[in-house]
Amino acid sequence: MSQSFDAITAQLKRRHRRSANLKRMSMGALILAATFLVVFIGDMLAKGLPAFQQAQIQVEVTYSEQAREIPPAAVGDDVRSLVSRGYLRLIPSRMEDDPDLLGTQRMEWVIADSAVDQYLKGHDSKLSAKQRRIVDRLAEQGRAELRFNTTFFTTGDSRMPEMAGIAAAAMGTVMTLIVTMAVCFPIGVMTAVYLEEFAPDNHLTQIIEININNLAAVPSILFGLLGLAIYINFFGVPRSSPLVGGLTLALMTLPVIIIATRTALRSVPDGIRQAAFGVGCSRWQVVRDHVLPLSLPGILTGSIIGMAQAMGETAPLIIVGMVAFIPDVSASFANAATVMPAQVFTWAGDPSPAFVEKTAGGILVLLAVLITLNATAVLLRKKFERRW
Amino acid sequence: MTTASEGLVPRFSRPEAWDQARPAVADAEAKLRVEDLNFYYGSFQALKSISMDVPANQVTAFIGPSGCGKSTLLRCFNRIHDLYPGMRSEGAIQLDGQNINDARVDTNLLRARIGMVFQKPTPFPMTVHDNIAFGVRLYERLNERDMENRVQWALEKAALWDEVKDKLHQNGQALSGGQQQRLCIARTIAVKPEVILLDEPTSALDPISTGYIEDLINELKADYTIVIVTHNMQQAARVSDVTAFMYLGELIECDETPKIFTQPGDSRTEDYITGRYG
Repeated sequence: MSQSFDAITAQLKRRHRRSANLKRMSMGALILAATFLVVFIGDMLAKGLPAFQQAQIQVEVTYSEQAREIPPAAVGDDVRSLVSRGYLRLIPSRMEDDPDLLGTQRMEWVIADSAVDQYLKGHDSKLSAKQRRIVDRLAEQGRAELRFNTTFFTTGDSRMPEMAGIAAAAMGTVMTLIVTMAVCFPIGVMTAVYLEEFAPDNHLTQIIEININNLAAVPSILFGLLGLAIYINFFGVPRSSPLVGGLTLALMTLPVIIIATRTALRSVPDGIRQAAFGVGCSRWQVVRDHVLPLSLPGILTGSIIGMAQAMGETAPLIIVGMVAFIPDVSASFANAATVMPAQVFTWAGDPSPAFVEKTAGGILVLLAVLITLNATAVLLRKKFERRW
Repeated sequence: MTTASEGLVPRFSRPEAWDQARPAVADAEAKLRVEDLNFYYGSFQALKSISMDVPANQVTAFIGPSGCGKSTLLRCFNRIHDLYPGMRSEGAIQLDGQNINDARVDTNLLRARIGMVFQKPTPFPMTVHDNIAFGVRLYERLNERDMENRVQWALEKAALWDEVKDKLHQNGQALSGGQQQRLCIARTIAVKPEVILLDEPTSALDPISTGYIEDLINELKADYTIVIVTHNMQQAARVSDVTAFMYLGELIECDETPKIFTQPGDSRTEDYITGRYG
């Protein structure tokens, strides 16, 4: 060593300083990212949590012959404009279901109009001064309060914010994802297994491989066009249905799953394959009994990412008609449906403050469903990892 | 200078087994007969016109410097090369008179008849019991009781039973390296092969585990024909009956082990054994 001790010490100090700087910068990046996340979630919670509550008022409802013909007549003049029109519209059908109601008069907690809701939540409201006084009086008497919003979790979309819910969209998302999963998981995994374990390494398989990688980078809206052209126009799959939505998203998710599966298969040590062949396994037995079980955690992780991506996708679904006004919760794969991000997108287009609240509430539900799905998948993966 | 009786291997002690009564190797019939075998990795020729006999119920050792083709030759015996593209072989390998170096031969069955133990212990990520039962299930349908017996038999043969009899349902990968390698040997034996190929089976093990495995090889040769590739010449001298010295893809010489180690016919063998290269 020709350098003096001092020179080496100075150099060492510089090296330590550099590594400390790098560490600080990395931590700074992490803190910045975490701040964005906290701000985003905090904002969503602040805006969205009120959507889980809904103003209700206690009014006297008269089930008369007149109310059957003209529902608003069922409630008094003073509170008529405060009660949700959606609620009033249901009165005739309720009287149909329960004939005993006719001729009775009772105090009921009913869903209030969104203007009352906004007023009680302390936001700007289009209520007149007179209406505000009535609401204030009702509140003093304990006849107007914010209650848990069950409507939000049980109904579909509505033009009236107080009657709008996320349930139809949530159902649509679940059914769409079932279709996507059912189509692209088996096809994706088998494709990857073939390419990785069986296929010869020639020009054809190389071209296929390059194209799969390219497909993963294709803008998702193009998959929507493909879905429209092939599934709807050629095969006649019902438009706006979870079936066509799921099939379209499967096109988009397939390359992600194939790539993830191939990576997982490649990470299985070759020694395991050789050992399995060494005891006389056929190729299929090696794959089924050794390679697939070992790579399953990796395959599942990749699939979860792919499915989460599909779940948040809106663009291709616009093209196949899934961004639609769906008031009813449907449990059929062929009926028109919408998905949660599409529902959020629709609500976000409405400027009224009540719908801004719904938008944030919808995002919270979307995140909750996403986290639940991911957590389930992570638990499943954990379980598979400890197979022995 | 060394004398012939001491052998040309001053670094090594003379194995006791050499002084004991031995069956004449020349009398043993050939289990495997290699006839003019050439092997290519792409355009590189790894084996050049190899011809030799592997005697039945004997231990045959392949020695030679790295890259000489000894592992390649071993792997030709169970055609594990078939798994990888760009590799081809010419010539014949007769197993009991049937050419196994033929595309029509079912490699799965061949690999059940010619078992292999790899350099690195590769227990399957399963329980000890399942590691052994897995291979057996491929070719035999045994009821639970017979399977238990087979597992115990194989583990006893591999001198592992006493150590793992209480851990049969623990993960095979949790055993020590030496135990894992014996588990792999047990797994190979359980299928009841005719030939066992050992590819540097002790190179990743400590001396005590190596000792166990060498003792095991000595016991197993009564029932199986064993071929072992080793870098450790002392090991070849200790465990084998026949030694084949390979160099640059050629088989230089193949003869009874004491003869190779004491009176090699070729100067290259002598140079290798005395440590002049390799």
